[in-house]
Amino acid sequence: MRIECPFCGERDHSEFAYFGDAACARPAPGAADAQARFVEAVYLRENPAGAHRELWYHEFGCRSWLQVTRDTRTHEILEVRLARESTAP
Amino acid sequence: MSSHRLSGEGAIQRDRTLSFTFDRRGYTGHPGDTLASALLASGVRLLGRSFKYHRPRGLLSAGSEEPNALVELRAGARREPNTRATMIELFDGLTARSQNRWPSLAFDAGAVNSLLSRLFVAGFYYKTFMWPAAWWERLYEPAIRRAAGLGRASREADPDTYEKAHAFCDLLVIGGGPAGLAAALTAGRAGARVILCDEDFLLGGRLNGDRHQIGGESGALWARRSEAELRSLPEVRLLTRTTVFGVYDGSTFAALERVSDHVSVPRPHQPRQRLWKIVARRAVLAAGALEHPIVFGGNDRPGVMLASAVRTYVNRFRVAPGRRIALFTACDDGWKTAFDLLEARIDVPVIIDARREIPPALRAQGSRHGVRIMTGAHVLGTRGGKGVEAIEVRGEDGRVSRVRADSLAVAGGWSPNTALSTHLGGRPRWSEAIGAHVPGDLPRGMTAVGAACGELALAGALRTGAAAGREAAGSAGLEAPLEQWRTEEEPVGFARRWSVSGHRGKAFVDYQHDVTVEDIEIAAREGFRCAEHLKRYTTLGMGTDQGRTSQLNGHALLATLTQREPADMGTICARPPYTPVAIAALAARARGPQFKPCRLTPSHRWAEERGAVLVDAGEWRRARWFPLTGEADWRSTVAREVAGVRAGVGICDVSTLGKIDVQGADAGAFLDRIYANMIATLPVGRTRYGIMLREDGIVLDDGTVARLGECHFLLSTSTIHAGRVMRHLTHARQVLWPQLDVQLVSVTEQWAQMAIAGPHSRELLMRVLGDAVDVSGPRFPYLACQEFLWLGRPARLFRISFSGELGYELAVPARYGESAVRALMAAGGTLGVVPYGTEALGVMRIEKGHAAGAEINGTTTAADLGLGRLVSARKDFIGRVLAARPGLAAADRPALIGLTPVERSARLSTGAHLLRPGAPATLSHDEGFISSTAFSPTLRHWVGLGFLSRGRERIGERMRAYDPLRGEDVQVEIAHPVFYDPAGERVRS
Repeated sequence: MRIECPFCGERDHSEFAYFGDAACARPAPGAADAQARFVEAVYLRENPAGAHRELWYHEFGCRSWLQVTRDTRTHEILEVRLARESTAP
Repeated sequence: MSSHRLSGEGAIQRDRTLSFTFDRRGYTGHPGDTLASALLASGVRLLGRSFKYHRPRGLLSAGSEEPNALVELRAGARREPNTRATMIELFDGLTARSQNRWPSLAFDAGAVNSLLSRLFVAGFYYKTFMWPAAWWERLYEPAIRRAAGLGRASREADPDTYEKAHAFCDLLVIGGGPAGLAAALTAGRAGARVILCDEDFLLGGRLNGDRHQIGGESGALWARRSEAELRSLPEVRLLTRTTVFGVYDGSTFAALERVSDHVSVPRPHQPRQRLWKIVARRAVLAAGALEHPIVFGGNDRPGVMLASAVRTYVNRFRVAPGRRIALFTACDDGWKTAFDLLEARIDVPVIIDARREIPPALRAQGSRHGVRIMTGAHVLGTRGGKGVEAIEVRGEDGRVSRVRADSLAVAGGWSPNTALSTHLGGRPRWSEAIGAHVPGDLPRGMTAVGAACGELALAGALRTGAAAGREAAGSAGLEAPLEQWRTEEEPVGFARRWSVSGHRGKAFVDYQHDVTVEDIEIAAREGFRCAEHLKRYTTLGMGTDQGRTSQLNGHALLATLTQREPADMGTICARPPYTPVAIAALAARARGPQFKPCRLTPSHRWAEERGAVLVDAGEWRRARWFPLTGEADWRSTVAREVAGVRAGVGICDVSTLGKIDVQGADAGAFLDRIYANMIATLPVGRTRYGIMLREDGIVLDDGTVARLGECHFLLSTSTIHAGRVMRHLTHARQVLWPQLDVQLVSVTEQWAQMAIAGPHSRELLMRVLGDAVDVSGPRFPYLACQEFLWLGRPARLFRISFSGELGYELAVPARYGESAVRALMAAGGTLGVVPYGTEALGVMRIEKGHAAGAEINGTTTAADLGLGRLVSARKDFIGRVLAARPGLAAADRPALIGLTPVERSARLSTGAHLLRPGAPATLSHDEGFISSTAFSPTLRHWVGLGFLSRGRERIGERMRAYDPLRGEDVQVEIAHPVFYDPAGERVRS
């Protein structure tokens, strides 16, 4: 598998570490149901057959965190962007 | 001896002779021969015994699909089992031996299995060796393995080297036959970066085995000229002896180049094999097609050979596989074999075509040669001892006659070599046009051309190859004219015949695994309908040849038996590797000391000079202890090092601890979210111990945070977790809080850091550092830190201690690390300075009750480790919310405690379980365990750290430390985890 790092260009997947579902943002720590929401964010994962937004870390490259949209059936990489540009503040 | 060698050109160099042995007998051949062709030329056609029935076997093919002729190649440490004689390029001094026979190939005692063949049918093992179960491992399996063997691997270490190479190209051409050459020429002439791989040592594919005309010259000559032209193109790389064996995501391909397999010993500085990882913008699958046999009785007798292989031996190697060769065909293509044999003046007693109607041109040509032609006829069986002597034929009228022949060429038709099209999940599609599977959905960027896509005639191969080459050049932005080559017309009619009804004798579908028609019938009776299930039940296609010549026949047979069409039957999906790949090639250089990179500490050379015993710690190689002559064992060395630190001063290289430089206006706020304790309040010039949690509330790592400036922090991590913590921090910065103004850099390898510990450490630093920094007590208190210039170089000093003594850590740029150690040692001579290693470091941290990797083990909370007081309630941080979960905050969780043996001479062992005295040693009475132990030279008895349920309330209690693995059962007393200087006066002195 090859991933197009926005910073380094196309690189072999062995340069990257996989971090799973990118959809689980860190919940608001002050919310009344914070504990339940953190449990969901830390432990519960979608496992779709098809397009999946996930986090990859270019550990043996520029150390950028990337949000990669990958088709889990074909391993086709549909989109790559820097995670910091994909996350709402 | 070369009685079977024909005159004429071919692709062998007759002017040179090579000597080799097979089963200890000497033979000769020529450069350009394979072991198979050289043996055939010498009249040897018994090459092996079959897997299950030990039947005599000879060559079926002339290529990598060979199921029978597996031999052990070379001897001693280089002995390699299961190599295909058809793929072994002959070299002088080659030695090979037949396999799976005893006592000899000609007389094999295992052949008695044939008489018991009724017992050995599909599913036999599963059904017969069921009972008693215990006998399977001890009796049945070893006995079966001995009898049903392939070759023997060498038990010596492989003396050769292997390597990996990476390549990128616009176009990867898989296969160097006419289609592949056409693609490579078209794209290569346009300037595209082309890599062409072929498993053969000679490019040309069927052009070498057949007699074709291209543009007025012979196909073989055209292949030679094309190869020469490709070699002259600067952007084209030709890899012969190279098999593309795997297709991976992202247009990545794996190929194995057999660099030195064609010489007896690799030349100096050459690997035996090279594993290529090729990333290709486009790929052309030009892997050709495989001819498959027709299944009839005795079809495995030596002398029965694929018709195309017969042509290859005759035309390419100039070898006559027999003197009287009959032909059994179901397609026009097979007739070429008869004509080529006749051209070479080899007797063809009969052409048997299963079809009733055949093209008049073929009949006319055959008649011109005066060959007997039987149409609508079938071969039922063969007769002979260790080779064909006659064949039995059923004519169109149903009469069975016997024809004398020493060989039989069989042409069952061609099926595209689809394997590489299915590695990413593509399913082959049935083509009525050629009666075989063609590639279905291809991986992105791959095009199938020539015979591999069902274009079985040469004209189509050249046309599709050129078109694909042009398209690939176009995708690289290059304009390529469409090349055209003139060829002759070829008849490609066929009628599918998988097997013959009424066959006489055993009829083999899978030669290598001895799967017969009867086995397929049993599978059908047992209710197997799917190709994948058939494979697993009968072992059809599970051999090293992966059923190259058997899958199609086997599947078609099952389809017929279950009243289906082959089109509806489906086929199996191949996985990598396409052909067997040696583990050594996959490992390549990652063997022995090169298995992984080794990082050396800045003081490594100095430590080696002092005779340090080294240890691999994580990714580093560190000094474990520094023995002196006369010391009895390592324990006395470590005891001396500990005592030296506690009473005087010691030096330890701690550069391996992770160092992360954190800067920015929001650095303090950022670290407050990372660490469980407060960081933003840390004054400049001070250091603080901190712990960080994972988001699930478990402790991730601990270390120190030094504030070097208002917006500048330096973190230390444990050696093992350095990479993980860096990942954790970058995740927080880039994913969780990208809005914070903070930058992170790992500086672990930029700085050498030495621990200077012991009551005399201040004195030593004053001597070494002089005026560079004031280390006197009041000016440089416990937990102070400072950056300064030392001899004009940047340096940092931290007053932190892992040993429990007055201690400092001095950091200098990594390249000055060795000089710094030497300076410290020189200045400390009169203070009795001792260098100490990781073992003394570990002993002192256990004496001091510091948690390390065995305690921060991915299951413990801050409270478990006795660090609950550090956890801030005034801020949010990673792990805060989930650390408060009832399970992680429960009062009866195991808490960190110290342990001492009641009997002072007793030894404690790590991993022992803690039980109440008198309680049975069962899991339900298990209340904790020992995580770290050491003999304390300071206290003169063993001490341990461990976890015990409600441990902190149980100081003074006596427990059993029960270690069933080592058979130890020791009475221990629960103690405070800090054995040494619990008030911490020494570090502050």
